Order: sequence, then C-alpha cells, then structure tokens
Amino acid sequence: MKHEIFEKHSMLLLVGILVVVAIGGAVEIAPLFWINGTIEKVDGMRPYTPLELAGRDIYMREGCYLCHSQMIRSLRDEVERYGHYSLAAESMYDHPFQWGSERQGPDLARVGNKYSDEWHRAHLADPRSVVPESIMPPYRFLFETPLDYSEIQDVMKANRIVGVPYTDADIANAKLDLEAQDDPNNKGVDALQKRYAKVQVRDFAGNPKQITEADALIAYLQMLGTLVNFKTYQADAPENRR
Amino acid sequence: MQAVTNKKSLRLDLGIVPVLIALALASAIFEVAKSPEQVMVIQAWTFIACMGSAAIFFMRRYGAGLPKDEISGYATDVVKFGVIAAMFWGIAGMLVGLICALQLAFPKIMYAGFLSDFQWINFGRLRPLHTSGVVFAFGGNVLLTTSFYVVQRTCRAKLFGGSLPWFVILGYNTFIVVAGTGYLLGITQAREYAEPEWYMDLWLTVVWVCYLLVFLGTIWKRKEPHIYVANWFYLAFIVTIAMLHIVNNLAVPINAYSVKSVSLFSGVQDALTQWWYGHNAVGFFLTAGFLGIMYYFVPKRAERPIYSYRLSIVHFWTLIFIYIWAGPHHLLYTALPNWAQTLGMTFSIMLWMPSWGGMINGLMTLSGAWDKLRTDPVLRMLIVSVAFYGMSTFEGPMMSIKTVNALSHYTNWTIGHVHSGALGWVGYVSFGALYCLVPWLWKKKALYSNALVEWHFWISTLGIVLYITSMWVAGIMQGLMWRAYNDYGFLEYSFAESVQAMHPYFIIRAIGGGLYLLGTLIMAYNLWRTTRSDVPAVDAATALNLVGEGV
Repeated sequence: MKHEIFEKHSMLLLVGILVVVAIGGAVEIAPLFWINGTIEKVDGMRPYTPLELAGRDIYMREGCYLCHSQMIRSLRDEVERYGHYSLAAESMYDHPFQWGSERQGPDLARVGNKYSDEWHRAHLADPRSVVPESIMPPYRFLFETPLDYSEIQDVMKANRIVGVPYTDADIANAKLDLEAQDDPNNKGVDALQKRYAKVQVRDFAGNPKQITEADALIAYLQMLGTLVNFKTYQADAPENRR
Repeated sequence: MQAVTNKKSLRLDLGIVPVLIALALASAIFEVAKSPEQVMVIQAWTFIACMGSAAIFFMRRYGAGLPKDEISGYATDVVKFGVIAAMFWGIAGMLVGLICALQLAFPKIMYAGFLSDFQWINFGRLRPLHTSGVVFAFGGNVLLTTSFYVVQRTCRAKLFGGSLPWFVILGYNTFIVVAGTGYLLGITQAREYAEPEWYMDLWLTVVWVCYLLVFLGTIWKRKEPHIYVANWFYLAFIVTIAMLHIVNNLAVPINAYSVKSVSLFSGVQDALTQWWYGHNAVGFFLTAGFLGIMYYFVPKRAERPIYSYRLSIVHFWTLIFIYIWAGPHHLLYTALPNWAQTLGMTFSIMLWMPSWGGMINGLMTLSGAWDKLRTDPVLRMLIVSVAFYGMSTFEGPMMSIKTVNALSHYTNWTIGHVHSGALGWVGYVSFGALYCLVPWLWKKKALYSNALVEWHFWISTLGIVLYITSMWVAGIMQGLMWRAYNDYGFLEYSFAESVQAMHPYFIIRAIGGGLYLLGTLIMAYNLWRTTRSDVPAVDAATALNLVGEGV
C-alpha cells in the first residue's frame, strides 16, 4: 500500500490516527467494565460515611496521594509490612481511586486502627514529633479549621449518580450522621451505626467544641482497610481468581 | 487572491473569538455572583483577570485594522508570544520543582517557623504545580508555538484562523494560571497530571478544539502536496490528547457553583483509565509532540534530510499504536486483573523498538554532518536530547518488566526515570528548538552568545547526571530496603529507616535540579540579549518569513 494517501489527505491521516490510538484502550480498559471477575466478591464493603467522605476530600485536597499509596501489592514483603494485599473491591466506591504511584511515605491502604487517634493528632500536627525521620509537611491548620460540610449532601448525590449506593435516607440524614460520628453522646449514633456497618464513633481530633477538618481526616484514616471481612474472603474461589 | 481569502477567514474568526471570550467571561461572572464557595470566586476572578486582559489585547490588536503579520507572510507574533511564555513557565516550573526537592531534603527548614502554617505551599499542593508547570505550561507552550511555526513552513501557508491561534495560546495560558493557582488553594481532582477541576477541563476542551482547527486548517491551505512527517506527529499529539483528556476527566460536578466534582469511574477501572491517560500524556504530549519538533529542527539545523523516510513511517504508526497499550505497567502486582497487567507489560517492552527506530532516525540524520556537533552547541543539545530519548525509552520498557517493577515501583527510581526523559529529552529538544527559533523570529543574524549556550549545555548536563544517578541509587536502595529480610525471617528495616536513607540523595538531587535551573536562566538571558541584538539577519534568513519560501 502506498503511504502517500495519508500524506496527501489530512482527514484520512486524522481518521487513521484515531483508529490506531483507539484500539489499545478499547481492548484493555473497556472489558474491565463487564468482565465479572474484575471486582472480587467480598463481605463488608460499604460506602463512606459522610464524615469519612469529607475526610477523604481533605486527603485529596492536600495531595496526600502524591506520597502515600493505597495499594498493597501481592508481594511477600508488602503483605508482611502492610497487611493483606489490596483487593479491587476495596476501592470500588472510590471516585476517584487513590492507589497512588509513590511511597515517599508508607502505604496507607490498611492504616485504619493501626495507630491511636492521639498518635494521628500528634503526627498530623508535627510529623517529626513522633517520627523523627519523617519528611512530611505539618498539618496543624487542620485542627484549627472548622469542617465545612454545607455541601456534603451534594457530594453524596454526585457519588450516587456515578454508582455509589447511597439511599435517600443516607443523603437526607448526612449532616446529622456526620455530627453523630464525631460525638459518642449524640442521639443520632444508633441511626448512624444502623446505616453504616463497623462505623467508628468518637471525637477523633479530641476537641469536643467543634468538628474540624482534622476530625474528618482522622476518621477517614482510621477506617482505611478495615471494612472487608477477610475471614469470609476466599482468594482461591474461581470467581475471585483473576 | 491570497489576501482576499485571508480577509474572509479573518472576518469570520473576528466574530467567533469575541463570542467565545464573552461567553467564558459571562460564566465566570456568573460564578462570582452565585457561588457560595470562596475558592470558586477566587478562581473565577483569576479567570476574569486573564481572559479580560486577553480581550483588551484583542481590541488593541484588531482595533485599528488587521495587523501586518496577518495580512502577508507567515504569522509570527503569536509564535513569539509562545516562545516568551514557554521561557517564563520553564523557569517558574523548574523553580517550583527545586522548592519541592528542598522540601523533601530539608523538611525541618522548609516547614520551619511561619512556613509550618503556610498550607498553600505544602509539598502536596506544590507537587502538582511543578508537574503541571513544566509539562503543561512549559512543554505545552513549546508545543503550541513550535507547531504553529513548523506547520506554516512545512505547508507553505499562513496559520489558519487569523486571530484564532491567539485565542488558543492565550486561552491555554489562562488555563495554566487558573489551574495552577487552584492547586495552591487545594483545588484538585486528585488524578495525577489531570488535577484541574471540571470547569477548567471544559475550558481546555474548547481551547483544544480550536487548536486542532488551527492546525488542520493550515494543513488544508497547504501549497505542498505532502503533509510533512513533523505534522503527522503534531496531529497525533493533538487528537490523542483530546481523546485522553475527555475520557479521563469524565466527572459529575457536585453542583454548578462548586469547584468539586466526582469522577465517573471508580477503583480499578478508574485506575486503568487514569494510567491510560497518564502514560499517554507521556506518550503523546511529551513524546509524539516533541518528536514533531525533532523531525523539523534536527534536519533543519543540521542542514541534512531525515535519515530514512521509510523509518519515519514505521516509527510513526508503530509508536502511536503501541504507546496506548502501555498504561497498565503503572499497576503491576496491584488489584488490576492479571491479563491486563501482562498485556501492558508486553506492549511496553515492544515499545522499545519504535522508540529506538525514532532515535536512530534522528541521530543518523547527522550523517555527513557530525562535525557540526563540535561547532554548533545548539545542534549538540538537539542530538543529546535524542540520545536521552533513547536512554529513557530503554529504561522504561525495562522497568515495565514485572520482576524489575516489583523492585522499582513506588520508589524514587521512577522519579529518576521520568526526569531523564523530562530533563534530557523534552528539556533539551525544547531548548534546542527555542535557540533556533529566537534568531529566526526576531530576524537576528545569530544568537547573542554561543559560549553561553556551551555553559548552559554543560551546567545542565551536570545537573541531569546528578539528578538521575542520585535517584537511581535512592530508588534501588529504597526497593531493596523494603524487601530486605534479616536472619530470623523478619523484615530488616522499618519504613522510616528507608526514608532516612534517602536524605543524602535528596540533597544531590536538589543540587542537580538547581544546576538545571541555572542553565535555563543562562538561556533566558542569552535569548533576551539575542532579541535586543543590533545585527539583523541577512536577507536569505529573513526571506524564511515570507510565504513561498521552501521548507
């Protein structure tokens, strides 16, 4: 075939390019949306609580994902250091995903419940006070900034549009749920716990006077990797082999 | 006849461009008035300041009739603007990179005192500013401006669209300013290299469609029967980036007045979509586009034809076909299904071949002119860039092998790899092109000083060597420390120990980056003095700016 035809007809060249560059994505990405085995069958996954969701937004806003991965690879040393390798199911409600690409700091996929809230407070405010070798920036301002959750219902609605199974009740009660999660004495705690399994309820940042951004961020960090029940997860089951 | 058609197209664009700007400004004013979010209001005002200035510029430029360079000859004003913008963003982006490097090397100093409460310049917010600053602001302006220059010469036609190219370049730089200041305010989609939020993504889409139109339109007007090879690469860059940008940024804004959106895909599908985008931002923005530069500026500067026409064809089609598949190599051993990982690794290794085909085509163009490397430091910079291209396109496929990636992934080796490509290939080929362009555009006989080009070359080369060797050592050490076991079968090192071990290499890296920035500053000075030189170009060179002259 004569290549000349592409050199003399700009639209043929354009179409040729489009066809050639479309193939890879079509073959590699598109099947992930309909092949059943792409996401494992697990027990325990649920959407984020409003407070966790707000914390996740702060995690993204501060660019935490640029230094911390949330993806434990299926390698011996990683599993021993961080815990069970990450499953696709564990990020199925993450819009967008936060797997990360660097580890200037450690992986956080299972950091939940690994350290106390006190440790997180000290570490976020001044990382080098608890880890002298740390190169992390200090985040003292999170403790002084009240959490703005005026738009949390909009965030949840947008998540529902893209497929996160929030119910009408979840969205209607979002602000109450958010406040309840940061206050064990709140009368909304029971309803929150009914809506979100395994939810951790306490004053995360240790300041009962107000809900700060630190409350949300610590609530998010403390739930990371704690949802899936690995006692019932069967890695060798045919539907989970990929 | 020529003048008449130009005038016609100009009249049309002088209607379209003001409407586009007015609509954009109206949306921004709407956000200022309606949005309850302070950050959205700041973003909108920033946009208004940028595009408002652009509107004033358009009124002044077209207020008293059509400007000279849109009536006859080639459009050069817009190319000049792009050169200056590229130089500005290059320095800014590299400076931010240096600050990031210092933050990693000396956190105690960089976050001391009042800086500890200065959330706007924490590493997490500066890092996207650095990557976007050098890739999209510097690299993007280099691509826009060189493509505008090259497509006119190789088609022997004036840039299509009259004022539309100006809209493209001013709109693009507005995107840079609004997105970049947004990062400092904490506005981000949290997708690497696709951080700008939904409203700026929409704006970039508009600008990009206009860019495609300007580029294609110029090709339609060409007086050469064939479309030159450099333009194939530019075209592939423009259309593929459009595809990647649109698909990867699919998102639902939480409401019309908020900066925040929620991405359409989640988890594993989102991860592959993002790295399909991310890797091909490398493949099509930082490779195909800059190969367009190589295919024009290397033969032009060496005064030799491209080594092999057939190799160009093979290079082009195989490169763009294979690159798209390579994304999964960012996700090896992760929760991505194994079949996709294997596919990604296989294609990444295959990618070595077209890459080296292109490198050979570039290098061998010097056949019979190798002596020029000794006398022309600009050509040397171009050729060394091609050598770095060859080196990093060997390193990349190697790092895509699963067993190698098990060690290298998540480490600073990746940072080193990226920078050997970015500083060595993208940086040098851009510098070479800019060194060529400034005397041509400002119609000067030569650069102000070849000696300063030599200084730039050697200082920045030393910088690159320090940067990539320190990151190789740092990355491999990190990888080995993470997987080291002691005699009792326990992990040998805590994570914090691996962070501590990075300290000396982070310092060396910062020095390397600092040297590279120093070289760029020398270049900016040299180019500025060139534009002010009193020695005009001889006639033959001036004639390059007239329609009708050969490639």
